[in-house]
Amino acid sequence: MDKFTTLTGVAAPLPLANVDTDKVIPARFLKTIKRSGLGVHLFDTLRYDAAGKERPEFVLNQEPYRHAEILIAHENFGCGSSREHAPWALLDFGIRCIIAPDFADIFYNNSFKNGILPIRLPRAVCDALIEDAKLGGNARLTVDLDRQVVVRPNGEEVHFEIDPFRKHLLLNGLDDIGQTLQHAPAIDAYEARRRAAEPWLPATTEAA
Amino acid sequence: MSESRPRTLFDKIWDNHVVERLPDGTCVLYIDRHLVHEVTSPQAFEGLRMAGRRLRRPDATIAVADHNIPTVGPRTPDAIAEEDSRIQVQTLERNVKEFGVPYIPILDVRQGIVHIIGPELGISLPGTTIVCGDSHTSTHGALGALAFGIGTSEVEHVMATQTLLQKPAKNLLIRVDHTLGFGASAKDLVLAIIGKITTAGGNGHVIEFAGEGIRALDMAGRMTVSNMSIEAGARAGLVAPDETTIDYVRGREYAPKGAAFDQAVAYWRSLPSDPGAQYDTTVVLDAREVAPMVTWGTTPGAVVPVTGVVPDPSAVADDGARAQMQRMLDYMGLTPGTRMEDLPIDVVFIGSCTNGRIEDIRAAAAVARGRKVAPGVQALVVPGSGQVKRQAEQEGLDRILLEAGFEWRDPCCSMCLGMNPDKITAGQRCASTSNRNFEGRQGPGGRTHLVSPAMAAAAAVRGHIADVRQLG
Repeated sequence: MDKFTTLTGVAAPLPLANVDTDKVIPARFLKTIKRSGLGVHLFDTLRYDAAGKERPEFVLNQEPYRHAEILIAHENFGCGSSREHAPWALLDFGIRCIIAPDFADIFYNNSFKNGILPIRLPRAVCDALIEDAKLGGNARLTVDLDRQVVVRPNGEEVHFEIDPFRKHLLLNGLDDIGQTLQHAPAIDAYEARRRAAEPWLPATTEAA
Repeated sequence: MSESRPRTLFDKIWDNHVVERLPDGTCVLYIDRHLVHEVTSPQAFEGLRMAGRRLRRPDATIAVADHNIPTVGPRTPDAIAEEDSRIQVQTLERNVKEFGVPYIPILDVRQGIVHIIGPELGISLPGTTIVCGDSHTSTHGALGALAFGIGTSEVEHVMATQTLLQKPAKNLLIRVDHTLGFGASAKDLVLAIIGKITTAGGNGHVIEFAGEGIRALDMAGRMTVSNMSIEAGARAGLVAPDETTIDYVRGREYAPKGAAFDQAVAYWRSLPSDPGAQYDTTVVLDAREVAPMVTWGTTPGAVVPVTGVVPDPSAVADDGARAQMQRMLDYMGLTPGTRMEDLPIDVVFIGSCTNGRIEDIRAAAAVARGRKVAPGVQALVVPGSGQVKRQAEQEGLDRILLEAGFEWRDPCCSMCLGMNPDKITAGQRCASTSNRNFEGRQGPGGRTHLVSPAMAAAAAVRGHIADVRQLG
């Protein structure tokens, strides 16, 4: 996973609430056995018409937002399906940071696993950032994870909260599995304890 | 951890699965059951392969293919017509062999939608932690298990470590007083709940469903309710184990037997929330007020009683909310003020992990008996598993449905999500017992109205959204 430290880039305004992960990447594109190459299908039905032609009115089909690295949206972003294809598609397109009033839990979690920073900020702040983003390529936002601030084009800094453990993993690009495997002795001990306390729990290899 | 503090059902399961609590409060949480399907696992197996890792507990894992499987015609992996679907299923079959994961083959009678077969086979048990790379894993919470959906990175994490890194969720109690009235089902209840608390209402929470209205539901109904917890934003929804739960689990293929079962039951009886346990939020509903429900928009919270009308955006004060409502009406092709019962239906889908159990098929057949599917309507009934299909056929439900003009299909996720040949086309209006009415969910441009199995059958025979209570 790539580190996330600071990011300065074009922010795309997407003032929609309840952007579900079917909208981010429809199910028909989940039939892949790879993580890469999904960016072309990001927001497929919003981005293309039935004939596969770009819809010019959709923000990511416009300059400079074709090169957006930050997305700003409304409430409950990423609701619905657990598909990690949603963050994969965003990442493949080039999005490294999403700012919204709140996120659905599974999507929020999945984003961190892929080096994407989801930032929760109040709706009024999101709306102000959306206005900034509408100014286009001359109005870049900077996200500084270490200092936990979003810097607006006018220089104003907006503080955001983030879980310290997730911040640590993201800043250092750390692999979760490697971290957890350091606890292997504790997992061994736990399993032994559970087998003694709950010997009734059968294995999935033990059908009657 | 003080043992004297009254704890919720969630607290008890959580505490029993904490391997280690890290300084910042993140927990290494042990996972008892990992359910695997073909869509969200290939990249996880590939990750293990690249890192030279194996599954820590293949004996706590079980795999099945469900999302891509056609519901008509040959069902062997090599016979799946669409190449990407075929490769995904073949990849699962290769991976389970390479990594030694127990697998239920497609032609096995026990095959079906992962969230139908987990409980059906007794793999999902009270008091356990259950995960799957699928948001509707919340279904298994009906048994009093902590069950939630995860992404593919976490699928790989569970495969490698049998744990997840998690922080405890908040507790949300949804208490349903009294019992459902005539014509109202568990599906209507959960749609009413989502309508009340909104699709983001459960974010950051685990829901415990309690009260007389929940206790009175059979396990199928409880699973329908837990299944759609995620539609309210909650990763998990739990129902405390009781006699209904214990009777359901007893004798199932993978469930403990004999003395081990008795020992398990003693433990399960200790799980219900303690008197005085604290919830972060409590919501109360009166089941008597729940009518058969129909969604009108493109989020499950956009729902009204069947006797209602399409709502009017101009009555909404907030600009953003009004614009969102208008967008939904445009997509759905609806005019404010139209009676829901006047909406003509092109397609009916009865099935999915929400409503693909035998009880759901019975409810649909009860409405279909002696009636005919309206001209021009395509109506699919897709059992959730091979066992549900066999049971329905033993009860003669397939004949009732076929005589009425419904199609009787083989088990799979089918028309819930547009990943297999069962899809609706742009502009078609579908009364569906599935869980999501998102734009394009059932096929690009398709329009979904979420309903109960009885309401779906009523729509099929009437050709429009219909109040099942009027069909007698």
